[in-house]
Amino acid sequence: MLSQKRRKIAILIMMVFMLGIIAGCGQKAPTTEQPAPAAGAINVGINVELSGGVASYGTNAKDGAILAIEQINAAGGVLGKQLNPIVRDCKSIADEAMSVSAALVGDKIVAQIGPLVSGNVAGSTPIVTENKIPLIAPAATAANVTVDEKTGVTRDYIFRVCFIDPFQGTLMAQFAADNLKVKTAVVYGDTSSDYAKGLAEYFKKTFTEKGGTILATEGFVKDDRDFRATLTRIKGLNPEFIYVPGYYQEVAPLIAQARDQGITVPMGGGDGWDSPDMVTVAKAAALNKTYFTNHYSSQDTDPKVVAFVQAYKAKYNKEPDAFAALGYDSVQLMVQGLKDAQVADSVKLAEALAKIKNFDGITGKMSIDANHNPVKAGVIIEFKDGKQVMNSRIQP
Amino acid sequence: MQTKKIKWTRFLLETALLVVLFSLVQYGISTRMLSQYYQINLTSMCINIILAVSLNLINGFTGQLSLGHAGFMAVGAYTAVIMTTKMDYPLLAGLVGAFLAASAAGFVIGVPTLRLKGDYLAIATLALGEIIRVTLQNIDYVNGPAGISGIPKLTTWAWLYGAVVLTILVVVNLINSSYGRAIISVREDEIAAELMGINTTKYKVMAFVIGAGFAGLAGALYGHYFYIIKPETFNFMKSFDILVMVVLGGLGSTTGAVIAAIFITVLTAALQPFPEIRMILYALILIIVMIYRPQGLMGNKELSRQTLGRIWGARR
Amino acid sequence: MQELIQQLVNGLSLGAIYALIALGYTMVYGIIKLINFAHGDVMMVGGFVGFFSVTLLGTNIAVAMLLAMAICALLGIIIEKVAYRPLRNSSRIASLITAIGVSLLLEYLTIFLIGPNQKVFPETAFTVKAYNIGGLSILNKDVFVFVSAVILMLVLQYIIKYTKTGKAMRAVSLDNEAAILMGISVDKTISMTFAIGSALAAAAGVMVGVYYSTINPLMGIVPGLKAFVAAVLGGIGIIPGAMVGGFVMGLLETMVSGYGNSLYRDAVSFGVLILILLVKPTGLFGKDTGEKV
Repeated sequence: MLSQKRRKIAILIMMVFMLGIIAGCGQKAPTTEQPAPAAGAINVGINVELSGGVASYGTNAKDGAILAIEQINAAGGVLGKQLNPIVRDCKSIADEAMSVSAALVGDKIVAQIGPLVSGNVAGSTPIVTENKIPLIAPAATAANVTVDEKTGVTRDYIFRVCFIDPFQGTLMAQFAADNLKVKTAVVYGDTSSDYAKGLAEYFKKTFTEKGGTILATEGFVKDDRDFRATLTRIKGLNPEFIYVPGYYQEVAPLIAQARDQGITVPMGGGDGWDSPDMVTVAKAAALNKTYFTNHYSSQDTDPKVVAFVQAYKAKYNKEPDAFAALGYDSVQLMVQGLKDAQVADSVKLAEALAKIKNFDGITGKMSIDANHNPVKAGVIIEFKDGKQVMNSRIQP
Repeated sequence: MQTKKIKWTRFLLETALLVVLFSLVQYGISTRMLSQYYQINLTSMCINIILAVSLNLINGFTGQLSLGHAGFMAVGAYTAVIMTTKMDYPLLAGLVGAFLAASAAGFVIGVPTLRLKGDYLAIATLALGEIIRVTLQNIDYVNGPAGISGIPKLTTWAWLYGAVVLTILVVVNLINSSYGRAIISVREDEIAAELMGINTTKYKVMAFVIGAGFAGLAGALYGHYFYIIKPETFNFMKSFDILVMVVLGGLGSTTGAVIAAIFITVLTAALQPFPEIRMILYALILIIVMIYRPQGLMGNKELSRQTLGRIWGARR
Repeated sequence: MQELIQQLVNGLSLGAIYALIALGYTMVYGIIKLINFAHGDVMMVGGFVGFFSVTLLGTNIAVAMLLAMAICALLGIIIEKVAYRPLRNSSRIASLITAIGVSLLLEYLTIFLIGPNQKVFPETAFTVKAYNIGGLSILNKDVFVFVSAVILMLVLQYIIKYTKTGKAMRAVSLDNEAAILMGISVDKTISMTFAIGSALAAAAGVMVGVYYSTINPLMGIVPGLKAFVAAVLGGIGIIPGAMVGGFVMGLLETMVSGYGNSLYRDAVSFGVLILILLVKPTGLFGKDTGEKV
């Protein structure tokens, strides 16, 4: 048998190899398709989940963002320069998000768009903060994304264009209690998503504060398609309302199966419901008497929204969902910030972003508040015969 | 024949080399010569090395196919993070706690499942890894799926280097001891080992517990560098990633595990600029390497002075 | 009581799908002792072929299923030939890793070609009707899935028991070398096994599409895992075991969701698996052949 000492030398050699490899990597900078900005280009980092569990959301957000960039470039760019997107996949993992951010920093980006999931934004946060690069999160909804929960201090470089969880959950609870006048509810939401759990938590809190009773809390997980067993049980409890925070992939079959079982009470959810797939999968009839909180309606007749939907369909041959719209708005917000700052400097951009008021995005008119969250109206959308119809608009 | 003097010189030389290597990289970090990007990848590399070497102890040397290694990593990560963030212990305490907790998990899981053989053990460990993840997802104290974020960045190069050296030393010395020989005999022919009076269960559990402990250590270091941990981070894809490193390096070769861990870390980083085809390339490389060199890079051999000597046409 | 029966109906259709996938796993394992992790993804490919058959070629669902089965049978043969055959004489774990590689390749190639978003099976593929029998709502989807699965399983049993190919498959899984001595072409038999297993998985994929209306490139992972658990539950390598295991898994899942806490559903399924493995490790139908020294 080889002696211990020999093994130790083997380890040493390995360590030297390690060093060698690191040094070797040092010779070439992280290879990118687009190196340091050519004179006249502004690098924009797009760090989203292109593989792994939430690949479809990340891809749609990226598609929305790229569409925005192309439109802006076609109209002459920003500050006389073209926007140069650098797209990277953070694999739906936080440490990869951190690594990607570091690589993007090396590519001299002026801002980063994404990731989508709150946890992955957290992975990027230390790097962008240290390097003073603003991060615009299209869809991260956890409250602690923009505010450090321990100190209560707003993070200087993190911004978002979407609602925060407390807002949506509370909104729906108010709607259910005040408008629909229901007294009992069951919460049946996605337990594998922090977004859905956040919504559920705030719904329950507000609903009970308003005198309602939560009869039960049930859960499903991502990729579930079969909800009948739990629905049968919920049916037995006879609630007047069912709150289903989650994403459309699961919610659509859930609603269809609920109606199949003869559950006719109204149901509600959040912006994760926003997708044309809801109608194709669940069918118009099942969706009657369902409501969800959203930033906007993809069937809004506002010309900006219509133009966006048409352009998106023309380029990608598919309908945009909420993530695509938020990705689009993230870029537009950044561009507004650049124009306000009048220089493509990341620190100045961050300062400008914090001060934006009345930015007219396709997901609503928003002003960035002290917590770097957008203050924008929420809408309650109702499905009527397969069409999204605005039921009410609530100004915060 | 090696005299005491030569042995002593050799020992000093080795230690010196270790110190030099440490200092070189530390210098690079302190003077910011090594950018953040490299530091992050260096950290991932060290953590992967610890994970691969510890899994290799279980899969490679003991021959027990464990597919739930990420579960132990999760136990360690959560333990350490809870200790430092919610109970204000220093990092060292967290690391020790992580190691112990993960070892305990290894014990609890190992004792009942090690009666299973081969593929049944594999599926049981896979299932257990998933159970750990799902359980964590439903515990509100650790925020369920949102996980714990805002973890202070306490892991430094010193801690990582120390942990890597510790892991390799422990594993290598274990294998070269009488315990190690017993462990390898379990892999080679379990029935014969039993007949020779070796308590195979004891050694299987020992390997499991130690392997799990180091996985926990890696998890703790991970948590204190990457700012956030959530149950999804430790899913079966992570277990597979570690398994791939071990097999690519060669089951039963610590050197191989180290090299493969480095290689895979570098490979994933190198493929970052190609997001659309990254996974496809990764999968293809995996398949091709397996077809053309199924025993892995090092087989079950280690890199030793003998082999090096032969390669360099040594004087002896 | 009615609720119980309703749950049973739900569980049976889910179980039928798991059973079809589990059969492929168990057949391949029985014959070359490989856990084919790519199997779930073959199911996914089958689903997509069915989808394109219905939307692009405008066929009806039965033709779509047959087309999916044919194409995936071919896919299975190709995978075996290219990725697994070279490793037949190497360690089991090398084949395992290669299987993981093939699984990733199928998933991300599909994403690359078709995009990661889900696709919705059109209404025209299968119009859903509900039959109300004594207060139970049984959809024609349930009937379709269950009946097709049973038919396929019967066909499989016939093939295994009464055809030459089936005999060859049994012979090779029992004793590889003796089979060669008997003049059986082991390569052909293994190819056949993969073909049949993949075809069954493809059928399951189309059923999933019909049943849940949507398919996506990553949809093979979790059902694949659960079907593998089902195969082990029934006794891996044993065909009736896979069928029973599949139904057991389906019913178990439904029961836990229905009566237990749906939050812990997956954990309980896995937990029961571990329990069975500890109590009867060779699975429900497995025979403990003991190890020869």
